[in-house]
Amino acid sequence: MAQPFVPPPQAAPVAGAGTDVVIETRGLAKQYRGTLAVDGIDLRVPRGSVFGFLGPNGSGKTTTIRMLMGLIAPTAGTARVLGRPMPQSTRSVLPEVGALIEGPALYGFLSGRDNLLRYDSADPTADPRTRRVRVAAALDRVGLSAAAGKKAKAYSLGMKQRLGLAAALLQPRELLVLDEPTNGLDPQGMREIRTLVRELAADGTTVFLSSHLLDEIEQVCTHAAVMARGRLITQGPVAELAAGTRGRLAVTGPDPADAARVLAGLGVTGLVTEGERVTGDLPADPAAVPDLAEINAALVAAGVRVRGFGLERASLEDAFVALTGEGFDVAG
Amino acid sequence: MSRAEAKAGGPAVGEPEAAAGHTGGPSGTAGAGGPAAAVAVRAPRPLWTLGLFRSELVTVFRRRRTMALCAVLAGVPLLVGIAVRIETRGGGSVGGDRGNGPAFIEQVSNNGLFLTFAGLAATLPFFLPMAVGVVAGDAIAGEASGGTLRYLLVAPAGRTRLLIAKYVSVLVFCLAATLVAAVSALVVGFALFPVGDVTTLSGTTLSLPEGMLRALLIALLVAASLVGIAALGLFVSTLTDSGIGAMATTVGLLITVQIVDSFPQLHAIQPYLFTHYWLSFADLLRDPVTWTGIGKNLGLQAMYAAVFGSAAWARFTSRDITA
Repeated sequence: MAQPFVPPPQAAPVAGAGTDVVIETRGLAKQYRGTLAVDGIDLRVPRGSVFGFLGPNGSGKTTTIRMLMGLIAPTAGTARVLGRPMPQSTRSVLPEVGALIEGPALYGFLSGRDNLLRYDSADPTADPRTRRVRVAAALDRVGLSAAAGKKAKAYSLGMKQRLGLAAALLQPRELLVLDEPTNGLDPQGMREIRTLVRELAADGTTVFLSSHLLDEIEQVCTHAAVMARGRLITQGPVAELAAGTRGRLAVTGPDPADAARVLAGLGVTGLVTEGERVTGDLPADPAAVPDLAEINAALVAAGVRVRGFGLERASLEDAFVALTGEGFDVAG
Repeated sequence: MSRAEAKAGGPAVGEPEAAAGHTGGPSGTAGAGGPAAAVAVRAPRPLWTLGLFRSELVTVFRRRRTMALCAVLAGVPLLVGIAVRIETRGGGSVGGDRGNGPAFIEQVSNNGLFLTFAGLAATLPFFLPMAVGVVAGDAIAGEASGGTLRYLLVAPAGRTRLLIAKYVSVLVFCLAATLVAAVSALVVGFALFPVGDVTTLSGTTLSLPEGMLRALLIALLVAASLVGIAALGLFVSTLTDSGIGAMATTVGLLITVQIVDSFPQLHAIQPYLFTHYWLSFADLLRDPVTWTGIGKNLGLQAMYAAVFGSAAWARFTSRDITA
C-alpha cells in the first residue's frame, strides 16, 4: 500500500542527554534462556510527550519496561531514565517515576487505602506527615474514594487497575510508566483513564503508555514506538507514523466501472473495485493532487452516479500492518 | 478522574503554568517544569526510611495467617496444661516412665511456673520454627507471587533495605511468637497449678520472682534460637517466586535437620545443625548457670544468620524480578 515509515533522522539535539529525553536506550537487549525477548532497541522518549509503546502481546514491551525500572538487568546495551543510568540509579530515579507494570498487584487483606499507605511508606523520599493527605488525593483522583475502606480482594479488576494507578500518582512525578493501563476497564473507565493521561501530560508529566490497543495510542499519544518480536520497528510522532500511510480516496455508487475509469484519468492509482465501492491512492506528488471537489465534479460531469465520496484517513493500524507486514497478533 | 475539582485541589498536581512549555517535546529543560522543581526538593531522609520497617511489621501482624500461627502457639501450652491437670487429678504423676514427653513436664503439677519451661520445650522443636519458617519463607517469595514485590521495588524500597526490613520483621515475629507461647504457658500454669519457689536442675531453690526472671531469659533465648531458621527461610524465599513453595521448603528443611540431628551415627555433622543446641536453654535452670551450650547455640545462630543472610542478599540484589 505505502512505503514503510522511515524513522526521522536523530535530528533532535542529543548533546546534554537527559535534558530533553526522559528515556533513552542504546542497543538494549534481554535474553531469557536462549530466547531474545528484547533485541537491541534504541528507544528515545522526548520530555513532555505522551509516548505510546505499541506492540502485540509477547513483543517485548513489558520486558523493556522492567529493564527501564531496574527490575531486571539487561543482557546487553544501556538504558538511561531521566538522564541517569538504570538499573544503577534506581534510588534516585524511581522516586520521580510512577509506574503501573503488568497489571496492578495488591495486598488482598488490606483495604485500598492501606495498600497505598504501604506503597508510599516504601518510598524513602515520601514525607510521612503528608502521607494520608496524598493517599486520599490519589484515591480521589482515580475515583476510588468511596471504596477506599474496602478490602482490596473485594475489588473488581477495574477497581484494582484504578488503585494501581493511584499508587503511581502518590507523588508528583516527572515520568509515568503505564503498562496496559486500561486493561480490565469498561469503556467509561477507559475514557476516564484517557482524560487522566491528558491532564497529567498537561501538567508536564511525560507519560510512557504501553498498549496493544492501536486506537488507544492513536487517541492520546503524541509520540509512539512500535515493537514486534523484540525489535523496535519504528518510533516518532504519531502524526508522522500515520502519515507514512496516506489516505485512500473512496467512491461508492452504482457505476463502479465508470467511476474507476474517470478516477484513473485523473491520475488516481492503485484502484480497487469491491462491489459498488472503488478505492484508490491519490498521486504521491502533492502538486499533482487534484482538488477533491474537482474530482467529484469530474465524476458527475461524466455521468457517474455517486452515493458516497471521500478520503479515508489512514489509521495507525494501517501503519502497523504496513510496517510489520502482518496482522496484529500475539507473537509466537 | 474526570473530576477537575479533585485535580485542582489535590496536592499531587504540578503547577498549572508548567503545562504550556511541556507539550512540544524538547522545549522543556530539566528543572524548569513544575514536577521537576518539586522533585528536586525530594531526597531520601534517614528517618523516613523507617516507614518501610513499620509498614512491614504492620503487614506481617495484620495477616490472618500470622494470627492463626500465634493462636496455635498459645494453644499448645493450654493443651499441655489441661492434659497434665487431668493426668494428675488423682494425685499421680505424669508419665510413669521418666523421660517421656517434653522436658520439665513432671514438675508442672507441683509448680505451675514449670509449664512455661515445658511449653517452650514442647513448642521449640517444631511449632515455633514452623511458624517462623512460614513467615520467613513467605517474606520475599510471597510478595513475588502476589506481584507486590515489583511495586515495592519501584517505589523504590531498595533491595537491600527491603531485605533488611523483611529480616527485621521476621525476627520480631520470632520474639512475638515465643512470647505468645511463654505468656500463654505462664497464664495457664498459674491458673491450673500451685505456684511457688523453683527447684533448679542442680537441686537448689530459687524464689518465685527469680524463677520468673529465668523464665523470661529462657523465652529470649528461645527466640534467639530461631534466628538461624529465620535467615535460612529468608534465603529460600529469595530463590523462588512461589510463597507456598518457599514455606514448604523451609519447613521441609527443618524436619530434615531434626531427623538428621536424631541419628547418633551422624554425630559428625550434628554440631553444625541449627537445631542441635536448641534445648540448651535448660542450662539457665542450673545453679550456677552453665553457659557453654548456650554460647554454642548463640554462636551457631549468628553463623547461620551471617551465612544465609549474605546468601539472601547476594541473590536478591542481583536477581531479575520477573514476577
